[in-house]
Amino acid sequence: MTAVPDIEFRAVTKRYGAVTAVSGIDLAIPPSAFVALLGPSGCGKTTCLRMIGGFEQPSEGQVLIRGRDMAGTPPYRRPVNMVFQQYALFPHLDVEENISYGLRQARPRLSSRDISSRAGEALAMVQLAGYGRRKIHELSGGQQQRVALARALVNKPAVLLLDEPLAALDKKLRTDMQIELQNLQREIGITFVLVTHDQEEALSMSDFVCVMNGGRVVQLGQPSEIYDEPADLFVADFVGKTNLLSGKVAGLSGDLADVALADGTVISARKRGPLSRGEAVSVSLRPESLSLSAPGNGSLKGIVRNRIFLGSTAEYAIEVQGIGSLLAKADHVIGQGNLFKPGEPVAIGFAAGAPLAFPGPKNNGTNQREDQHAEILS
Amino acid sequence: MRAFVFAAFAFLYLPIALVVLFSFNAGHHASEFTGFSVQWYGKALSNPFLVEALKNSLFIATTSALLAAFCGTAAALGLQRVGARTRALFDALLGAAIVVPGVVIGISTLVALVQLFAVLNPFLASLWPTDQPPRLSLGYGSIIAAHGLFSMALVTMIVGTRLGSLDRNLVEASSDLYATPLTTFRSIVLPQIMPAVIAGFLLAFTFSFDDFIIAFFVAGAQTTLPIYVFASIRRGVTPEINAIATIVLCASVLLVLLAQWQLGRRKPSS
Repeated sequence: MTAVPDIEFRAVTKRYGAVTAVSGIDLAIPPSAFVALLGPSGCGKTTCLRMIGGFEQPSEGQVLIRGRDMAGTPPYRRPVNMVFQQYALFPHLDVEENISYGLRQARPRLSSRDISSRAGEALAMVQLAGYGRRKIHELSGGQQQRVALARALVNKPAVLLLDEPLAALDKKLRTDMQIELQNLQREIGITFVLVTHDQEEALSMSDFVCVMNGGRVVQLGQPSEIYDEPADLFVADFVGKTNLLSGKVAGLSGDLADVALADGTVISARKRGPLSRGEAVSVSLRPESLSLSAPGNGSLKGIVRNRIFLGSTAEYAIEVQGIGSLLAKADHVIGQGNLFKPGEPVAIGFAAGAPLAFPGPKNNGTNQREDQHAEILS
Repeated sequence: MRAFVFAAFAFLYLPIALVVLFSFNAGHHASEFTGFSVQWYGKALSNPFLVEALKNSLFIATTSALLAAFCGTAAALGLQRVGARTRALFDALLGAAIVVPGVVIGISTLVALVQLFAVLNPFLASLWPTDQPPRLSLGYGSIIAAHGLFSMALVTMIVGTRLGSLDRNLVEASSDLYATPLTTFRSIVLPQIMPAVIAGFLLAFTFSFDDFIIAFFVAGAQTTLPIYVFASIRRGVTPEINAIATIVLCASVLLVLLAQWQLGRRKPSS
């Protein structure tokens, strides 16, 4: 990519006293993209966002915005704007005064006609035309969210930063806002950087997902890449639902490894990372890659314990002797009464290439929540 | 229990009610009510000594409250930026300043001022070109200083509390929206803490206006309203005193209510 990245991290480390929140991150965020920083709380994603905004200074390394090193540049001189988690609208100003706040700081001064017409456009853009004279406390959470968005976007920033902007909204509103944010990003064409701990939100909204854990970037890629080809066990487990089975490497051939599961079954899995014979591994199997059929064929046998019918799909919890409970997800086709009942024995099959083998036993390196960080970063 | 509470409140407020009642007494004695009249209010307000004392009190209260509001707010803002330990130390000292009895503040301020003047006056005299150097002495200045210092602790606490509940994100949001620190202070922080500053000013004013103990120690030859009232009681309690007391009472209650209202306004959003 020849274009200058909108945001670039070069070996950025951030320490708070003895705690390292971000360690040695290199990251280039391509221009005009919707990027999500995804990770559990305390993974350093908010710290990264705050370093872009200028609210935190890196302990080491550089943060560049459109190729310019931002060291020593205060937030009010950076060409980025932020939508805060709790919106941080100014309670003593009305909606229009909030939105025009940034425009009023411009030097040379903008004419008041310019300011009010741009504020009006911004209000219309977030579908709040006519709300200019309302007080902040008179607005609903969703409306406050839109005001916060308009207040940031009206300044035409190079990059819009969003700190868990949808966390405070209820589910229905959240889905609406996800679509609206996507549309806005395409319309305006600037880079959006979204911080979220909600993997579903990250996958559904963004062009690129940057998965972080323990202060490092674990994987940067398109949502489908992250989901289909997770870089490590943490990503496989954190992004989407998956079944993790422990086993030992029984044989190796090229990209594939034969893994002996706990019950003795040997399955062929794609290698993710270097493996050696006899090594303990974890095999990831997405629920939707499992296919259920009547007993007789398939690689594993089990008994249906629970069925969760969701309309277009049905999820099954299946007890497999010696391995434990597996989650399977099957499409449901109307009129094709292919639902398995609890207590029914089933055979479980999967497409070749679906199982992924990661080095290391499960529960090691997955979901490392560092609560000491969470406190600082919240 | 109910009767006990009733008795306690009666004990507290009955004397005050009596003072108000007797201020409307037509007779000359503060002990028997002989008819309704507002003549004592007229008498009080046409008494030149009393009016002088009232003017003094108003001047001292206004000046010391302004001083306290300004310095107290500055102190509260400064305390935001110090370390946790220094902060705790200052909070403790502020609390102590408010708890220390008026007598102690009065006498210690008096001793300190007298010592200070004893050092400064010869020094000033040696510097002054003419034979009549200015002499520092007790008076307006010392009352204002003593009241201002005490009220400053009050204002620092009130404004500090408000600052503590101020959403830090608001300051960051302002900074994110291109406002320099000075603009942020003017357009965001100051409007948010203004009710607390005004409340602090009003309480400081009320305190200074009502204070007898500290003023009595450091007033020198000056007379404030409470000192005047105290001095007149020696000549017997007349309904005139009751009238003054009623005026002061009404003014104080009004100011405190105003302060409460200010503090309740525009609670910072969280």
